[in-house]
Amino acid sequence: MHNLKPLTALGGAVADVQTVGTLTICEVPDLALASVAARLGREKQTLKTLKTLVGATLPGPGKASLKGDIPAMWIGPDQWMLSADYADHETLFETVAGATGADASVTEQSDGWVCFDISGSQMPAMCELLCPVDIHGMAVGDATRSTIHQMGCFICRTGDTELRVIGPRSSAGSLHHALIAAAHSVA
Amino acid sequence: MTQKNRLKGGQIDTSQTLNFSFDGKQFTGHPGDTLASALVANGVRLMGRSFKYHRPRGLLTSGSEEPNALVELRAGNRQEPNTRATTIELFDGLLAKSQNRLGSLKFDLLSINDRFSNFLAAGFYYKTFMWPAAFWEKIYEPIIRNAAGLGSLSLEDDPDVYDKGFLHCDLLIIGAGPSGVAAALTAGRAGARVILADEDFRMGGRLNSETIAVGDAHGSDWAAQTVAELATLPNVRMMARTTVIGAFDHGTYGAVERVSDHLHTPDAGKPRQILWRLYTKRTLLCAGAIERPIAFENNDRPGIMMAGAVRSFANRWAATPHERVAIFTNNDDGHRTAADLHAKGVKIAAVVDTREGAPRSNSYEVLAGAQVTDTKGRLGLTFAEVKLADGSTRRLDCGALAMSGGWNPNVHMTCHQRGRPTWNDDIAAFVPSAELPAGMSVAGAATGVFSTHAALTTGAKEAAAILRDLGIKSRAPKMPQAEDAPTNITPFWYVEGASRAWLDQQNDVTVKDVKLSHQEGFRSVEHLKRYTTLGMATDQGKTSNMGGLAVMAEIAGKTIPEVGTTIFRPPYTPVPIGTFAGRARGMDFHPTRKTPSHTFAEERGAVFVEVGNWLRAQWFPIEGETTWRESVDREVLATRNSVGVCDVTTLGKVDVQGADAADFLNKIYCNGFAKLAVGKVRYGLMLREDGIAMDDGTAARLAEDHFVVTTTTANAVGVYRHMEFVRQCLFPDMDVQLISTTEGWAQYAVAGPNSRKVLEKIVDQDISNEAFPFMACANITVCGGLRARLFRISFSGELAYEIAVPTRYGDALIREIMTAGADFDIVPYGTEALGVMRIEKGHAAGNELNGTTSALNLGMGRMVSKKKDSIGSTLSERPGMNEADALAQVGIKPTNPNDPVPAGAHLMAADGPIDAAHDQGYATSACYSPILGHSIAIGFLKDGANRKGEVMRLVSPLTGIETQVEIVSAHFIDPDGERLRA
Repeated sequence: MHNLKPLTALGGAVADVQTVGTLTICEVPDLALASVAARLGREKQTLKTLKTLVGATLPGPGKASLKGDIPAMWIGPDQWMLSADYADHETLFETVAGATGADASVTEQSDGWVCFDISGSQMPAMCELLCPVDIHGMAVGDATRSTIHQMGCFICRTGDTELRVIGPRSSAGSLHHALIAAAHSVA
Repeated sequence: MTQKNRLKGGQIDTSQTLNFSFDGKQFTGHPGDTLASALVANGVRLMGRSFKYHRPRGLLTSGSEEPNALVELRAGNRQEPNTRATTIELFDGLLAKSQNRLGSLKFDLLSINDRFSNFLAAGFYYKTFMWPAAFWEKIYEPIIRNAAGLGSLSLEDDPDVYDKGFLHCDLLIIGAGPSGVAAALTAGRAGARVILADEDFRMGGRLNSETIAVGDAHGSDWAAQTVAELATLPNVRMMARTTVIGAFDHGTYGAVERVSDHLHTPDAGKPRQILWRLYTKRTLLCAGAIERPIAFENNDRPGIMMAGAVRSFANRWAATPHERVAIFTNNDDGHRTAADLHAKGVKIAAVVDTREGAPRSNSYEVLAGAQVTDTKGRLGLTFAEVKLADGSTRRLDCGALAMSGGWNPNVHMTCHQRGRPTWNDDIAAFVPSAELPAGMSVAGAATGVFSTHAALTTGAKEAAAILRDLGIKSRAPKMPQAEDAPTNITPFWYVEGASRAWLDQQNDVTVKDVKLSHQEGFRSVEHLKRYTTLGMATDQGKTSNMGGLAVMAEIAGKTIPEVGTTIFRPPYTPVPIGTFAGRARGMDFHPTRKTPSHTFAEERGAVFVEVGNWLRAQWFPIEGETTWRESVDREVLATRNSVGVCDVTTLGKVDVQGADAADFLNKIYCNGFAKLAVGKVRYGLMLREDGIAMDDGTAARLAEDHFVVTTTTANAVGVYRHMEFVRQCLFPDMDVQLISTTEGWAQYAVAGPNSRKVLEKIVDQDISNEAFPFMACANITVCGGLRARLFRISFSGELAYEIAVPTRYGDALIREIMTAGADFDIVPYGTEALGVMRIEKGHAAGNELNGTTSALNLGMGRMVSKKKDSIGSTLSERPGMNEADALAQVGIKPTNPNDPVPAGAHLMAADGPIDAAHDQGYATSACYSPILGHSIAIGFLKDGANRKGEVMRLVSPLTGIETQVEIVSAHFIDPDGERLRA
């Protein structure tokens, strides 16, 4: 066991949580991420394998599956981002790669991103000020790729009043600043 | 001052009083007032000075088209110039000042310009100030610039914040007058997602300004009730105080919402305004119409206003500009003003109607077939001279003159995609053509139908048609009864014989100026605009363009549609620059990317540099160091003599996997990768399609079907995009998958003769030279089990490694490395030391891969493999790219060690002329080498490979530098590479 101490994307030892009016913006550092892309001609096999692993059919374009231990989000043709609790699945990519073998290309993505969970009744109004997605047209479980203040992000509506934003880790501070400013605007 | 011109009624809340100040004088008004209506109620007619002649001016209109009543609103850092008094919602404590004056508003010293108007006619500055030419820049231009312009800026930072936002809808309705409200009701009840936007703070449009009944209710009451119903519908978004400013591509619209402008100061954290981008499936333009003036001599005196505006002030704001008002009209609408004012107890001096068959009235005098020929009153109208139908003249005493030349449909938004309006003779105005922006329809007065009935029914009908088109079922609500008066108008643009008759009050353009423009050959409507400035500035000619066109048409012997209109461009009304900037200002101009060692570097006082969006440590000063060079020299010497560590996370990393991963790399790199062994790294050069070098980096083979490609920091995004293009578009049949892992790994270069000894303390595996030789790579663990990657590559030319761990452990790792290296006096080094060491080693970087250099120039000509096809390889063989005397990379050192060798300087022969024709090459990168003790450079020299030892001159005629230099190998340090293999 190593004794190196991790930092969250915002640079803290623990997750940053901020409440602005009725809105809460939580940093989610305990998230293991792995991208999986089916190899050419192995798409069906990959889907089959991952259905067993994830416990649900992998979502199609614009969708995420939120149930189970390993939620999945569609991020490109035959490509998904899988996530899981970091403490239990730190090497999620190894688990997935072990399952798919040479049927898919799996890459660790845990530390490429910063994840924020936004909740509160003003979430849609806040989202309107952040990115061009049609938040009112998104059902729970809809996910898409968009930009927030020039930063490429994944946006997933995880509940009626809940939104998950996954953005580039090195810009975590800028992204967080944008979220907090928008929260103040609508709170 | 009491509100002496306040009438009874109106849509203002007289139970509350608001205090405000104009030019230092205190006034009162009520909620629901605009600054304009409150000033009218207080009997203020003089509100500003004109642009050029500094003539006294008052309100012309009551809406956003206002050309005259521009004020500096608020004070200090919130002072905003050129704000239209007609659109400022009154709030308690409002401060406003008149502008464009020297001295007081009543005694403006620059009104002298009016006396010299003969010298200041249109285009005067093209003709005067021509001599002496040298006077222009230093004398004439500063004087003109000082006198020109309207309001002044505070020159302080704007303290407010501005947001940008994005909305989506089935139907955007622009304008909440009768047609817009009827359309919103139709679409809203059908369940469509509707946005109803209006620039006004009170929805209802002209219904709030008229005394017209809708059904059994007063028009404004019907509007209020309908707006209240719409507000209860969750699918309808009501956006008052929101101006749609432009129609852009594919059904997107821009809109500015004035969130806090009606407040003294925005609430904490709240934006002042929001710039919305509206994504619409369909749009219904219900923008109404704008009344146009008539040009007559001295038609610009304070008190002379549009008839519809006077009606608005009386009916909506319960205020009259004067107790005695005359009306000048060419259509029936002008008579409404007379009737409404009369009903409110205002004395009507007379209605002057240009038409012989003008309607008669029992309540006030109507002068049919008459014209207003002149007016008097220095700071406000006192009387109008009228030429009667029989040719006699008569003086009409009045303090206000309400004029109506007819109404122009508001076609602006229909023309933002280059459409041109068409002429409609029935109403003597332009109407929208069939060529509309995609997805747009038009209803109500904007189409040229001016009755309330027509507005309501066309609004509902167009909305129903849109719903059908969108596949949304609807039942058109039955519209209530309303007046359906025809438009009776006889076109009348200007009074014969008038010369100082103002067409464009904002730019002081007269009938005479248009005639002059024609006389001097500026006859095209676009030339007319530029020559006279007709239709420019904040109002963009909303009240003036038609008059100008009509005069030009008459002089040119053309019809108005033959003259045509100028181009309509967004924004529809002025937008503060801050609104366009939004949150992207100062440090938030772009996102900031921080490296995993950022906190570590900050703790050591690192000086940062922006590299793209990244902040990288440039150097780490320690106590006693006074210049950057001292720090950099120390970091270089410490690294070369023992060991240093540098954060190289910013270099792009692309995970390349798939059965064809090696073949794919063979395509994107000009050198071969297929035979690279697992566990090995290779330097690679990417060419553009045209054979010019694009980027360089390394590819590490972690498995048969798994590579990690690194790119330069600057090109990380571009190279990844290029790779995706190649994968998806050029070779879709290859089995290869790409994903960026740049940010997922914290990566450090550990360089120097003691680097292995430091890493041996951290890495859990054997990294001896035998077990882990130069160009090896492996998945390893560090510090007792953390997964990591190790690459034995060197940018500095020293024995060096790059070690990577998951980013969350990046901070911990660099601290571990520093601890492990303490015995070896390890130093952190920044990008400057990195740069010095790579120049000493002769490694190419951005300065060399500058978009003009080929592999041959870079000394890597033989790397372009002929055994395979790769992107750029064919075109790299073009004639000219492979000349014998082509530029080749060389090292440059001064013959006198104290001389500088600046980058960018050019190489010339040791003697002979210094000019472009004798140019031999240029220095690309230069630095002081602390190891060598003198400056060095690398650069490109014609036939450079064969000229080592030659003495030349390195010159920069621009900065006066001429240094004698010797051409040497670009590898100043360890040319045989013994150190990095040690």
